[in-house]
Amino acid sequence: MAIISRGFSGRRSAEAGKLPPGQYLTATFPVLSAGPTPHVSLDRWEFTIDDGKDVLRRWDWKSFRSLPTETFTVDLHCVTRWSKLGTRWEGVSLDTMFADLKTDASYALVRSYGDYTTNVPLKDLMNHHAWIAFRFEGEDLAPEHGGPARLLVPHLYLWKSAKWVRGITLMLQDRPGFWESLGYHSYGDPWREQRYSSDP
Amino acid sequence: MSSQNDDYLDGNAAAGELSKIFAIDVTAAEGRCAHCGATGRFAEAHLYMQGPGVVARCAVCEQILLRFVTVRQRVFLDVRGMTYFSFKATEP
Amino acid sequence: MWRVGEVVAVRDETATARTITLEIPDWPGHVAGQHVDVRLTASDGYSAVRSYSIASAPNSKRRVEITVERLPEGEVSPYLTRELAVGDRLELRGPIGGWFVWRPEQTEPIQLIAGGSGIVPLMAMIRSRAAAGGTAPFRLLYSVREPESVWYRDELHTLSDRDHSVSVSYAYTRATPKGWPRPPGRIDAALIASTTWPSKLTPTCYVCGPTSFVESAAGLLSASGNSSDKIRTERFGPTGDRR
Repeated sequence: MAIISRGFSGRRSAEAGKLPPGQYLTATFPVLSAGPTPHVSLDRWEFTIDDGKDVLRRWDWKSFRSLPTETFTVDLHCVTRWSKLGTRWEGVSLDTMFADLKTDASYALVRSYGDYTTNVPLKDLMNHHAWIAFRFEGEDLAPEHGGPARLLVPHLYLWKSAKWVRGITLMLQDRPGFWESLGYHSYGDPWREQRYSSDP
Repeated sequence: MSSQNDDYLDGNAAAGELSKIFAIDVTAAEGRCAHCGATGRFAEAHLYMQGPGVVARCAVCEQILLRFVTVRQRVFLDVRGMTYFSFKATEP
Repeated sequence: MWRVGEVVAVRDETATARTITLEIPDWPGHVAGQHVDVRLTASDGYSAVRSYSIASAPNSKRRVEITVERLPEGEVSPYLTRELAVGDRLELRGPIGGWFVWRPEQTEPIQLIAGGSGIVPLMAMIRSRAAAGGTAPFRLLYSVREPESVWYRDELHTLSDRDHSVSVSYAYTRATPKGWPRPPGRIDAALIASTTWPSKLTPTCYVCGPTSFVESAAGLLSASGNSSDKIRTERFGPTGDRR
């Protein structure tokens, strides 16, 4: 049982707002990584959607940036317990990128430059739930925060919003990604506090 | 080969967390990277530990040596990235 | 396992660094170079853990000193350097580390290279040697921003200039003392050549500081002929949130 440190409160914001259970508000934007920041030049960047065998869609940076974009403001909830409210982004909705794509797959494995992956049910990426974001707070997304582009799926814990995203592999069956294969919850709903694989 | 950025610590920084499962000091332990075959002390591994878990990477090739997550009273350990992890034996 | 220590003394080393002396009743003892993890817990259960190298030599008094630098954006260091007071209690885990250590049984030449706060574990080694009455040849190359950033200044001066027991060289990266022969700058091959043990003496080298400093200094030691198994490193960095 830990002892209480007299006078210590940590880096927490004064106002609380409505947060998912177990979260703390932060005024900063912590940088959390499982590896070195990949540096991907825009002339080599690409984003693909494949089904494990065939590439179904491919964009290079130019064709990606010619897609219609949206600006949106969302709250971020990290499983390490910090939450950041009201963050402003610009990105391409996954509805746009999946337009007219027919698939029987129900699951997606999101892949990043480097070796990071995360799994998300396909329906959680659709219907205005997810974007490939490339601008944060009015500026180009910095490499340390996932630039040139990252996935944003803010209704799930932030580890699902893969930084340095490079593509999506459609799967018929769910397969755990990087953290999901090491004790973290397969779905990750912060409002039901689904942090770990043993959580209901 | 060195990283393009120096955002990592080293095996010394993770030794406290790893003491949850290894009763003896891991920093002096030797390991062999399963990807590139490099051997070295765990103290020299590149550690990324600010995220949901601890990730140790080979200082030569940056591939993952081990991953470690603490979930309440349980720990999850993945050492697939090492061909071996070698410690000095101690008398029980 | 977490132990509880009581703060028995605090001492400011510089305007931004403070040494905290803790008394830990069940402290098992330590070796120079080891560190402790410190855990702070707020009344609502929020907790933060940070690693600090032990600055003090092994001693029989169950006392441990750590020197903490106040980071402007830090979450824990402002608390430890400004709020924590004599009589408060701290939770610690350790001692931790078995590779980046120096024991008095080692008689070979020792080369210490410190970048900023990386001086702490190396100071423990220097103090450990003094406490044991050791005579192993020690050299320290200590890199800091400016003269006011030097920690343990008087103690290092006594050891080098009065006792001639440890040879101490300084590298100033931003501002030098008046009349300093070398312009401000980072450690380079020339400085390694002029201030460190020649590699043919096969010294054991200990390099500690921020990651980029350690990579650079270890690389220079390697390039000057020291083999990698004779170079031990410990990288410091933010273990809390970076922004």
